[in-house]
Amino acid sequence: MKLTVWTYEGPPHVGAMRVATGMKDLHYVLHAPQGDTYADLLFTMIERRDHRPPVTYTTFQARDLGSDTADLFKQSLQDAYDRFKPQALIVGSSCTAELIQDDPGGMSETMGIPVPVIPLELPSYQRKENYGADETFFQIVRALAKPMDRTAQLTCNLIGPTALGFRHRDDITEMTGLLSDLGISVNVVAPMSASPQDIAMMGQAHFNVLMYPETAETAARWMERELGQPYTKTVPIGVGATRDFVAEVAELTGVTPYLDESRLRLPWYSKSVDSTYLTGKRVFLFGDGTHVLAAARVARDEMGFEVVGLGCYNREMARDVRALARNFGVDPLITDDYLEVERRIEELQPEMILGTQMERHIGKRLGIPCAVISAPVHVQDFPARYSPQMGIEGANVLFDTWVHPLVMGLEEHLLHMFRDDFEFHDAAGPSHHGGHAPKAQSADGGPAPQAAPSPRDTSGPKNIESTVQVVWLEDAERELKKIPFFVRGKARRNTETFASERGVEEISVDTLYEAKAHYAR
Amino acid sequence: MTELPRIPTGGGCREEPILKQRGQREVFCGLTGIIWLHRKMQDAFFLVIGSRTCAHLLQSAAGVMIFAEPRFGTAILEETDLAGLADAQEELDKVVDQLLARRTDIKQLFLVGSCPSEVIKLDLSRAAERMTEKYAPSVRVLNFSGSGIETTFTQGEDACLASMVPVLPDTDDRQLLLVGALPDVVEEQAVSMLEQMGIGPIKVLPAPRADSDLGLGANTVFALTQPFLGDTHAALERRGARHLAAPFPFGEEGTTAWLRTIADEFGVSDETFARVTDAPRARARKAISQASEALRNKSVFFFPDSQLEIPLARFLTRECGMDAVEVGAPFVHKGIVGPDLDMLAKGPTISEGQDVDLQLDRCRAARPDLTVCGLGLANPLEAEGLATKWAIELVFTPVHFYEQAGDLAGLFSRPLRRADLLKLEAAE
Repeated sequence: MKLTVWTYEGPPHVGAMRVATGMKDLHYVLHAPQGDTYADLLFTMIERRDHRPPVTYTTFQARDLGSDTADLFKQSLQDAYDRFKPQALIVGSSCTAELIQDDPGGMSETMGIPVPVIPLELPSYQRKENYGADETFFQIVRALAKPMDRTAQLTCNLIGPTALGFRHRDDITEMTGLLSDLGISVNVVAPMSASPQDIAMMGQAHFNVLMYPETAETAARWMERELGQPYTKTVPIGVGATRDFVAEVAELTGVTPYLDESRLRLPWYSKSVDSTYLTGKRVFLFGDGTHVLAAARVARDEMGFEVVGLGCYNREMARDVRALARNFGVDPLITDDYLEVERRIEELQPEMILGTQMERHIGKRLGIPCAVISAPVHVQDFPARYSPQMGIEGANVLFDTWVHPLVMGLEEHLLHMFRDDFEFHDAAGPSHHGGHAPKAQSADGGPAPQAAPSPRDTSGPKNIESTVQVVWLEDAERELKKIPFFVRGKARRNTETFASERGVEEISVDTLYEAKAHYAR
Repeated sequence: MTELPRIPTGGGCREEPILKQRGQREVFCGLTGIIWLHRKMQDAFFLVIGSRTCAHLLQSAAGVMIFAEPRFGTAILEETDLAGLADAQEELDKVVDQLLARRTDIKQLFLVGSCPSEVIKLDLSRAAERMTEKYAPSVRVLNFSGSGIETTFTQGEDACLASMVPVLPDTDDRQLLLVGALPDVVEEQAVSMLEQMGIGPIKVLPAPRADSDLGLGANTVFALTQPFLGDTHAALERRGARHLAAPFPFGEEGTTAWLRTIADEFGVSDETFARVTDAPRARARKAISQASEALRNKSVFFFPDSQLEIPLARFLTRECGMDAVEVGAPFVHKGIVGPDLDMLAKGPTISEGQDVDLQLDRCRAARPDLTVCGLGLANPLEAEGLATKWAIELVFTPVHFYEQAGDLAGLFSRPLRRADLLKLEAAE
């Protein structure tokens, strides 16, 4: 039993729903109690889908238990087929139905449904949403895709995008254009927008572009083995990765590498003088493995940030993320416990977080700017405008998105110079953000809304502060406040560590500057 | 003499046949109630014993991270817990120890049953008894079920309040108890009006804190502020309290009838009643007439959601001039919504339970001007050209009593006004 306040991933059947909802002419019959239908609103509200997810829930109740839940499942399956006439069905159990062991797969075999019925075994008490999506897509591909002749023209499948994915909609468009520039057409995009009949045609592509390993790696491996289709290993998020991707595709297919960089702005924007304020900014990265791996490279090599910590919530990607962390010389954090992530961020005191909506919330509490790079998604992660993460335009989007939460260039210095100005002070926040009504300065002078004690108080050991009690003398405290707010937390922490390591119990202005010199390297 | 609402001349809906269907039910489970209950009871923590699905539901229903400090969490059952039940009890003890050690501000802990915990028959009442002994007197531990196999959406609040009734102390005091979790502003308005009539003492369930002086007994009369409190109603009657049945206080008419029922019980004179209510009644009427302009002669179709459907249909048809096509409710408890059914003119289909696909067929055939439905259905219906009102907002927003009557009408008219405002075609 594990106490959980917020979760990064839903249960595995929600992953199956993401696949089913992304597809066309497929229907999912889910053996589940009433209430599990809440999952529909993820798609209709967060993603603003204009159709109900193609899911029929058996919605059994207590009075059905022990009598006819199996019949209820069969009836629901028959009704769903009759009403929706899908090209194929997937069937499975949610967490509660798993306990009553009705075996939807076995039952559906006996019913003579005239289209493929694909059973899903998704262990709800062991695995999570990404596994559910990956496994579901794999089972669908395995059931429907067959070896076949390759198309005369060079083609590939784009695999991995699902409903409720982080910018999947726009990544598909960007990748289709990028591949088209290389003279490669897209055979099938799946699961998003594919019908079961399309899945059956996947075998005619020359290779697969694995866009999101989280949701399609198992299928990619199977197709490599059974259909003889190689798949790309580079996820083209960022300038360098996009160039690597083009090289990989050229290697795989023999086409001449070509990348239209006429719209690419990130490299110049990063080099322009204004961006010196980005240089060495200390960032912490957290999200799904794929987006963290890509973002770490962009952060360090394409923006000039210093990566001070990184991690992911999906254990399936733990190995790659650990290897990356070693390469960056930081401690990896592999956890799905939001409280642990919060503690790590508090310890590291980064100047910026690249994370999920969870970290955005942590950042809000700690007064650290945050840009969102990964699922779990929020209604804000489905912007009306074109906003991919991949390819050339994706790189431009990353630059804009990551810079947006920061106080920019000269403004940072001006805030420092005129800290006591009645309008132009720390707590006013970046001038390009609305909603920063002047707030009462707290004792710490931080710009963040001083929220109620966080949910971290509900479990786990408390963050242990330095063992020696150090006291800030008044003049040192005043001096500390002259340091810009976005590095003040780090300065306070470093000074306290410096003092306690030397057994200094009172921090004076001198201690502050000695610590500064010590950490300046 | 206060003019009281008239029963429709053609007869009300109380004795009308109810359409009962079963099939897929597109509704929340009772766990959802935790979202508002944990804000209402400020020293309570709600610990769901369930699966990742339960945690995900709470998070999705709350909107990711809207609360700085949630006083709810999920003890997620894992494979090892499912293997042997003795372990699950011990595991639960550990989780609760950990939780209460960290949160010394918690005075009431609710162990909330879920679908998986009910199916494996994890005995939470035994756990609650054991923990109550262990943590007495600083923490009171109670249990209720918010599982989808037993509760629908607002029934979670009902189960929670019902679980509190048996442990309340006895009292012989003559008192009025208002039952139902309301937004503070609304609750204060109700209490203030009743006090101005000289009625008192007035208590509320749930009380904001565990250490309130709330007791119960044969001299307690109670009024429900929400129509979904059937089990709480039964639990209160078992303690000897007496229910004051009335239409629910939505709109001017409902509020007047509800207040009048209580006033009669306490022998309030017509003059006093008029003195307290005349001004707010007039304000409510005016506000409703303005806000309901867009609603006149428009049709409305209710999908089942919160059990507020029947009182709201009564309000919309009688005070806003709408025509109800179908009024669907998850349950129709005539002992509670009977007075509202009496006032709702015959005509609409009253349905209980749901087969969502069949109900959608009826809705599409009727093409109502406004459809009241859950979040899973709203955008798909909008995309089909049907204006919708999300039902969940009616549970979260202050809509009771006179001062909110105009807002209540406004919630329904906004989707229709928007349809008129948006001009997305070329101007030509």
